[in-house]
Amino acid sequence: MSELLLNIQNERLSFFTPAGEVKALNDISIQMYEGDVLGIVGESGSGKSVTAYSIMQLLPHTGRIIGGTIDFNGHRINDMTEQNMRKIRGNEVSIIFQDPMTSLNPVYTIGNQICEVIKLHTNKNKKQALERAEELLSLVGINEPRKRLKQYPHELSGGMRQRVMIAIALACEPKLLIADEPTTALDVTIQAQILELMIDLKEQLGMSIIMITHDLGIVANMCQKIAVMYAGKIVEYGPVDEIFYNPQHEYTKGLLRSIPKLSEKEHNRLVPIEGTPVDMLNPPKGCPFAPRCDSCMKICLREMPQYTTINDGHLSACWLLQKKEFMQGGEEN
Amino acid sequence: MKEKKNPLSFQLDVSDFLPANKEEKESLVIMRESVSFWRDGLRRFEKNKIAMTSFIIIILVFIFAFVMPQFYPYSYEQQIRGSENLAPMAYSEPELALKAAGEKVFPHILGTDSLGRDTMIRLMMGSRISLLVGLVASILVLLIGSIYGTVAGYFGGKVDLFMMRIVDIIYTVPDILIIILLMVTLKYPLKDLAETVPAFSWINVIGVGLICIFIVFSLLYWVGMARIVRSQVLTLKEQEYVTAARALGAGSGRIIRKHLLTNSMGTLIVTTTLQIPSAIFTESFLSFIGIGVAAPMPSLGSMASTAIDGIYSYPYRLLAPALMISLIILSFNLLGDGLRDAFDPKLKN
Amino acid sequence: MVRYIAKRVLLSVFTLWLVATITFALMFMVPGGPFLAEKTPSAATLEALNQKYGLDQPKIVQYRNYMVKFIQGDMGVSLKQRGRTVSQIISTGFKVSAKIGGLSILIAVLIGVPLGCIAALNRGKWLDNVIIVVATCGIAVPSFVVATILMIIFSVKLGILPTYGLTSWQHYLMPVAALAFYPTAYISRLMRSSMLEVLGQDYMRTARAKGLSQFWMLFKHALRNAILPVVTYLGPLIAYTLTGSFVVEKIFTIPGLGNAFISSILNRDYTMIMGTTIFLAALIILMNLVVDVAYKIIDPRIKLK
Ligand SMILES: Nc1ncnc2c1ncn2[C@@H]1O[C@H](COP(=O)(O)OP(=O)(O)OP(=O)(O)O)[C@@H](O)[C@H]1O
Ligand code: SF4
Ligand SMILES: [Mg+2]
Repeated sequence: MSELLLNIQNERLSFFTPAGEVKALNDISIQMYEGDVLGIVGESGSGKSVTAYSIMQLLPHTGRIIGGTIDFNGHRINDMTEQNMRKIRGNEVSIIFQDPMTSLNPVYTIGNQICEVIKLHTNKNKKQALERAEELLSLVGINEPRKRLKQYPHELSGGMRQRVMIAIALACEPKLLIADEPTTALDVTIQAQILELMIDLKEQLGMSIIMITHDLGIVANMCQKIAVMYAGKIVEYGPVDEIFYNPQHEYTKGLLRSIPKLSEKEHNRLVPIEGTPVDMLNPPKGCPFAPRCDSCMKICLREMPQYTTINDGHLSACWLLQKKEFMQGGEEN
Repeated sequence: MKEKKNPLSFQLDVSDFLPANKEEKESLVIMRESVSFWRDGLRRFEKNKIAMTSFIIIILVFIFAFVMPQFYPYSYEQQIRGSENLAPMAYSEPELALKAAGEKVFPHILGTDSLGRDTMIRLMMGSRISLLVGLVASILVLLIGSIYGTVAGYFGGKVDLFMMRIVDIIYTVPDILIIILLMVTLKYPLKDLAETVPAFSWINVIGVGLICIFIVFSLLYWVGMARIVRSQVLTLKEQEYVTAARALGAGSGRIIRKHLLTNSMGTLIVTTTLQIPSAIFTESFLSFIGIGVAAPMPSLGSMASTAIDGIYSYPYRLLAPALMISLIILSFNLLGDGLRDAFDPKLKN
Repeated sequence: MVRYIAKRVLLSVFTLWLVATITFALMFMVPGGPFLAEKTPSAATLEALNQKYGLDQPKIVQYRNYMVKFIQGDMGVSLKQRGRTVSQIISTGFKVSAKIGGLSILIAVLIGVPLGCIAALNRGKWLDNVIIVVATCGIAVPSFVVATILMIIFSVKLGILPTYGLTSWQHYLMPVAALAFYPTAYISRLMRSSMLEVLGQDYMRTARAKGLSQFWMLFKHALRNAILPVVTYLGPLIAYTLTGSFVVEKIFTIPGLGNAFISSILNRDYTMIMGTTIFLAALIILMNLVVDVAYKIIDPRIKLK
């Protein structure tokens, strides 16, 4: 059995802003083994990026972990100094950001920016680093890599730049690759190409991946497990098939309904979830999804639902599940 | 992920599992007030202590420059014989004699200059000139710039290209050289005009120097404003083109006019406000090197300039105009910054 | 690049011609001539003088003559400072002005850039607040005020610095300080805001995610981007330094180019007016061109058309 690579236990994280405390993460737990591919889905502001950044300690200083633990590859991330953290970033764990247009420094060449991370974490000299960079560019499917090394980011298309970002992330063969909405900012056709590339790379290199996205459709053919986040909480967690064919949380069901189905007609392709996301400055006391939930019950407004196990490794926090149990229990009595 | 099977800390009831009604659900969502752009901006501005303080200072300076001279017993060109070179709050011998005779003599709060003119009133008049120059020049720049920019942006194509080429050329002309040249030369034809054509005699009332400054500033400084307005019109045209086409009808000209006024107002106000201190700056510089407003009309720049001649004997004389000019420019700068933060956050820097 | 520079040079020549023509036209709008100020010469002498310098000819002929000579590199002789050619006067004046101006630009950049960075990195802390307050006040104080206040403190009250001339290094202190004051404050503010903007950019997050140290993030990734606005400001700064030098040269009685320019205008020294105006304009235009090209070198995104 493979090793436990990432173990997040009951993480709580808040941003301390002038307007007040933003409770961005509430009691997040995630376990990943080597070679796992985990999908994190959820709408904007649900805390997907914050979760990912907290693993790399990339958050601004206003964001502080106020509870729980993060263990990665034998390191207790919570207690690590910035100096030790630097040795991990870009080396054992690396990240691809959402917007490739702005994620590369405009004033340095592609080659410079790839070599930088290679030279930082290995003892390759300049020439070897350049060779490695060239190799990486071919790996991520960029033609004429030697020529590209000398180009500046603005000379490349969005898809190309995202490939360069992937190359940078892969440069030191990380144990864990975090992809924070790597395709959101790209055209649909390019999106498909980048996803294909990521699936390819996963198979070739065998690293663990955290795939963050708004879109359940994207994670379907890539991930083994999916965590559905809502308002800083993981509301449902489980294997891909369970989430897709046996969703339990009302929010997950809503998300699944909103996936465009190609077979259907144009007008009912998208069923967006009604209502606005919660205000993270004043989160509701009970289930955060309550104001938008069609099945909302009185208890949902008052109390936070607990996790219920549905099947092996499939958890969901929804009062409907408790209701089922309660009613069954009631019958027994 | 591990399941936590902690026992519930409270007793569940069947009624808890009844569907919640709409009101209950809605009571959870705290509605944020939606406020209009102007109200929102105004509120942000009022909260900005620095900007509000500057605003109040500017109002006080306006009162100082435009209202107080009305009530002040001395006038700016009045040379009081025997009261030359007085120190602040000092009285000359004739004045002391008058006081001894029981008459009231208004003190020279800031003393007098070498011609026996009261410094305080000259400071007021100098501030008046600075404020006038700043305001009038900025409004002229705003007018010329927005008309030019709107025309260029609205017509687009060759007209735009041609008009903007002119702007480019004016941009490359070193403005300060031309300003100095114009300041020196423009006086004469203006004077002629005022004396020979009765319709222009008002020029003498305002003062040839001031008119010169207005003309020169508006001739050279409008190009920046024109560029800003043009780009705003272009963006609006782009946006409105789509909506207007969709809505069918409604001439895009009218829409642009309406939206230019509402959407670009923030930018225009901020740019104009920030133009004021730079005009004041230039005027004081011109007066300092001796080609600004003509004597006997005082200007803060020329007051500072004359103070330098007596710097060893009367160093304090420099202080009043120097502080005044810095205070005015600082206040307008801070006010402009505050307005920008409140109404036009994207214009930062 | 070469094409761009050629195009810019062509445009500059056109602008210069425009400036020269405007100046020429403006000069003659002023009544009186160069020789009137001197104890009113007799009609005969005046005529002789005018004839000698070609001032009796029609304006358009004078204009043509001047232009032809100018292109041949001859800016004529000064009408007031007898026996000295315009180019001689300009070159002596320029040496003085360039020294003071160059020094103050250097100082403004060397102090302003680090101050702005320090403020940005300490955003919201007292050090930042101190720098902001000082810089904001700094851009509100005209150079003549700075110069005169320095003079009151160091010459009048303390008596430790000389007030006029440029014969020792002490003579440079006050003029350079007065001239550098405003741009230092301006650059600090500019640098602070552009640094703050750069620090919030996505590529800085990328740099951090690579595991780079604070030092490298700052010096490699942030500084080069953040300094771009300062480079663009150098063009206007050079023009400012020239105007500032008019004032500073007047206050400290320094025989520089600014002094020469102003006095030539006041004296109606026609050839000097033309010479100094064209020279200063050419200088400003050239410097702007240099700055634009430098910008291109630092920022590869800028395409020079
Ligand atoms: N620097 C910050 N200061 C204060 N609050 C923050 C900060 N960064 C994130 N947050 C808050 O944390 C919450 C989660 O943000 P996060 O960026 O993780 O969302 P996300 O799920 O990644 O959304 P998206 O799909 O838009 O990327 C948001 O509600 C946001 O308001
Ligand atoms: S707990 Fe209640 S409100 Fe929340 S998702 Fe389940 S049913 Fe809806
Ligand atoms: Mg995100």
